[in-house]
Formats: sequence, structure tokens, C-alpha cells
Amino acid sequence: MAITLSGDQALPGPPLSSRLTPAQVWGIILLAPYLLVFLAFVVYPVCYGLWLARAPANYVALYNDPIFARAAVNTLIFLVIGINIKMLIALFLSGFFAMQRTWIKWLSVIFILPWAVPSIPTILSVRFMLNPEWGVINHLIFSFTGDDGPNWLNDPTVALSMAIGVHIWKSLPFWTLILITGRLAISHDLFEAAEVDGASWWQKFRYITWPSMQTLYITCTLLSMIWTLGDFNSVYLLTGGGPADLTHVLATLGIRYLRLDQLSLAMASIVCAMPFVLPLVYFMMKRLSR
Amino acid sequence: MKLPSLRDVATEARLLLIGIPVFLWTMIPIYHMFLFAISPKEDAFSGKLWPDHPTLHNFEIVFKQQHYFLRDFYVQFWNSTLIAAAVGVLTLFVATAAAFSISRLKVPGGRMVLNLALFTYFIPAAFLAVPMYRTMGNYGLLNNHWSLILAMVTIASPYAIWVLKQASDKLPVELDEAAVMDGATTLQIFRLVYLPLMMPSLVAIGTYAVLLAWNEYLYAFLLLSNDREITLPVALGNFLAADDSPWELLMTTGFIYALPPAAVYYAFRRYMVGGLTAGAVKS
Repeated sequence: MAITLSGDQALPGPPLSSRLTPAQVWGIILLAPYLLVFLAFVVYPVCYGLWLARAPANYVALYNDPIFARAAVNTLIFLVIGINIKMLIALFLSGFFAMQRTWIKWLSVIFILPWAVPSIPTILSVRFMLNPEWGVINHLIFSFTGDDGPNWLNDPTVALSMAIGVHIWKSLPFWTLILITGRLAISHDLFEAAEVDGASWWQKFRYITWPSMQTLYITCTLLSMIWTLGDFNSVYLLTGGGPADLTHVLATLGIRYLRLDQLSLAMASIVCAMPFVLPLVYFMMKRLSR
Repeated sequence: MKLPSLRDVATEARLLLIGIPVFLWTMIPIYHMFLFAISPKEDAFSGKLWPDHPTLHNFEIVFKQQHYFLRDFYVQFWNSTLIAAAVGVLTLFVATAAAFSISRLKVPGGRMVLNLALFTYFIPAAFLAVPMYRTMGNYGLLNNHWSLILAMVTIASPYAIWVLKQASDKLPVELDEAAVMDGATTLQIFRLVYLPLMMPSLVAIGTYAVLLAWNEYLYAFLLLSNDREITLPVALGNFLAADDSPWELLMTTGFIYALPPAAVYYAFRRYMVGGLTAGAVKS
């Protein structure tokens, strides 16, 4: 839609301002608040941060810091194992929740809770459950077996697995919800036809569900990878990066350096993650802005 | 009444075999939090699944602020509320204006702004926190509620713009054209045609921004530190600093803190699920 000011446009060589229609002028004015926010709180911080992290000495220091290497490996474990487990469960549960049952509908209403409620009280609640002396889990283990349970958060491998568990607990509902939407979009006729032909549930999944959901599933997995890189809470609130700083991921490591007043190291550790993040971001933007 | 066949019973049993673990998995951490809130201290630490003497005493302590850690409970609750409300309003303002401009007015460069917004949406939150913290210091906003409000608006608006733009594109262009024919100015179209039609998406986005700000821990903990400026989650985090944290009070406060988002979510669930999942991933 173009609103034209016929009088102005008849003038020869008008300046830019008068070549814009009033609607476009309003467009620019209405866009300005976001642009200001973007410039002030994204562009400036990012550029400033990159400038702070520019010295090669930072990267040498990171390279020599065993905690950094450990955090990078942990992040990779988190991404590769954690996310695939989470997305596979979400895919499976999306089929379960797509079933037409009243009780399943009620369960889906409850199932969303971890996503809706804040992280801090729930993750701290898990943290207390895992407490070796007072936690309910070791109490139960003791009352059934008569033995003391493990010290869950004292072994870095176990502690990291628990953090992955917490991450899955928190974000599984969201991805399940998205995958349910994808599943419900599949035409029902296909399943009915398959039913008539006597297809097994696996054949239905293999030849109908999976082909129609494949792209969505892959997009969700990639998006989940980006967001998981930014998941500070699951690790920080459960283990605090411990024991002995062995369960840090890049998200908590950056904040750890920040708290130690080593801002350039904090930035450098994030810059190191960029070769992984940028291709993902590029791919996601291409997919979403099609 | 028809008796269910053996096959139906078997299917139902198999579904329950999934449903029961899902229910337990979802509820255990939340139940555990609730259990602490209604347990006297001895019971909470004894690993019981239900306290011998359930009590509301912990709630009384929190509401009467009868503990060192709870001195500023009401102030902190108020801070959380105020910040969440401000983030909701500002995000709606920034994002609606931008979405209207990009989608309806086809402003030159709008496409690029949308891509920039998408780019921000994809920066992992904890990564942006590091430079953002320093920037807020440079702006002189640290320990000021505005730092958290602006940070959360920055984080919430890309997704908000994206969802609102998707929703705006679905509105027929003829509406705007008809309004122009009737002599409406751009602002009138925005106010009288656009906003009413976008209401369901605006409710979804407003709720999303409010919940995001209410639940935020990392940015709140970096940007605010003064006891009377911090929000509830930061106060909860500070409980942990003590050697003998009053866990039953921590969980009680946490339970109170978790109630509003759950309530808001359920109140607006109808809008949220449709509005948000549609924009999250285009299939």
C-alpha cells in the first residue's frame, strides 16, 4: 500500500525525506526503538567484548587452563549426548501425548510445569534430593539396601550426568510440545490407510511419521543445541561447576572468569565457542527466514 | 455397557507404563519442594516422603520475614513483580512497533532488521551475559533495575518481533487498504485496525516476556547485587552462601516464587501454546 503525496512528488529532485511516504516515515520511527535496543545492548557489547578479547595472550592462557579444556569437553558431552537423549525422548513422548485420551490430556497439562516454573527453586530442590547425607534419594537407598548411596555430586562424571538430567527435565516439555504440533499436522488419512494395510506401529513411524517430521526434528535439535550452549542454570545451580571445577560448561566458565574479574578471559572463552555457534546460527537463520 | 476388550486393556496398560514414569519424572522435584515447604526442619532433613506433622509454619516465617535471609522478602518480591511488568510492557511496545513497521508498512531495511533480531535470538543467553555485564557497567546502570529491565527486553524482543511478524503477515492487506481509503492515518490503522486484530498474539508475547523476566536468574544475579535491589531468584541463590542454609525456608520461598508463573501460564495457556509454538519453529 502506498500513500503518495502528489504535490511533493511533482517537485524536481526532492530530498530523501520527501521521497519517503508518510507510512515509511512512520515505519522508520516505529522501528527505531528496537534498533536502539539492538545497538545499545547487542552491537556495542559484542564489539566491546571482542575488542577486550583481542590479545592472543588470552587464548594462550585459556589453552593452558585445564579447566577450560575440561569445560569444552563437558559442553560437547552436554550437546552430543544430552540433546540427542532429550530430543529422542521428546519425539517418543510427542507420540504418546498425541493419543486421544482424557487422562493423557490432563497429564500433558501437568507435564508442562517444569518449563513454566523458574529454574532456581526446582534445580535447588533436585540438588537437595541428591545430598548424600540428608537427600531423600540416599535415604531411600539406605532403607532398601542398608547401604549408603553414592555421593552424587562429588564425582564429576556423575555430577555432569545429573546436570544433563536437570537440563532434560527443564526443557523436555517445550520440545515435546513443538513436536506434538508437528505430529498433529500429519494428515490422519495416511495412518488410516496404513491401518487398513495392516502396518505395524514401527512401519507407520518409519514410513509416515518420521519422513514428515524429519526436517522439524533436525531444526529443533539444532536450535536446542544453540540454546543449550547458553544454559547456565542447569550446571551452575546443581553443581556450581564443582567438584574442583570439573563440571563447568562454556556457559558457566565464562561467568566464572567474569566473577574472578578476568573479563578478557571470559570473552575469549566465548569467542572460542564461536566456530561451533556461527555455522549453527547461519543454518538456523537460513531455515527460518526462508 | 460394553466391556473393554482384552486388546484395549493391554493398550491402556502399555500407555500407563509410559504415563506413570512421566508423571513421576515431572512432579518429583516440584513435590520435593512442596514437601520441604510444609515440613518442620527435622522432618525435612529426615528423607520422609510425607512429614509426620505437616505445617504451614514455614510460610508464616516467610510472610512475617522472621529470618535473617528474609529481611527483604517483600521488597524483593516487589522488585521481581515490577521488573517483570516493565519487561512485559516494554517488550510489547518495542516488538509490536517493529513488527507493524516490518510487516504492514514494509519499511525499507525491515527485512534486515528482522534478520538482525533473529541473530540475537540465536546468541546463547549466557554468552551475551558476559559483555552485557560490562556494558551495563559502562552505562552506569549496574545495581539499577533498569539494567535488568533493558537486558531482558533485549533478550525477549527478537523472539517477540519474530512471532508478531509471522502473525501480522497472516492479516489480510485489504484491511489496511480499506482503512486508508476511509482516510485513516498510519497511527490510526495501528491503533484501530492492527492492535485489536493482533490481541491474541500480543497476550501470548506479553505473557512470554513477563515469565521470562520473572524466571530469570543469570542476568539478575550479574546485574543486581544490593539486598534491597535484587529480585527473588537472586535472593534464593544467596541463601546458598551460608554454611547451614535454612533449606526449608529456601524451598518455601521458592515455592511461593514459583506459583505466579505457573498461575500466569495456566491462565493464558490457550494463547501461549498456539502463539508461541507457531513462531518457534516453522515446519
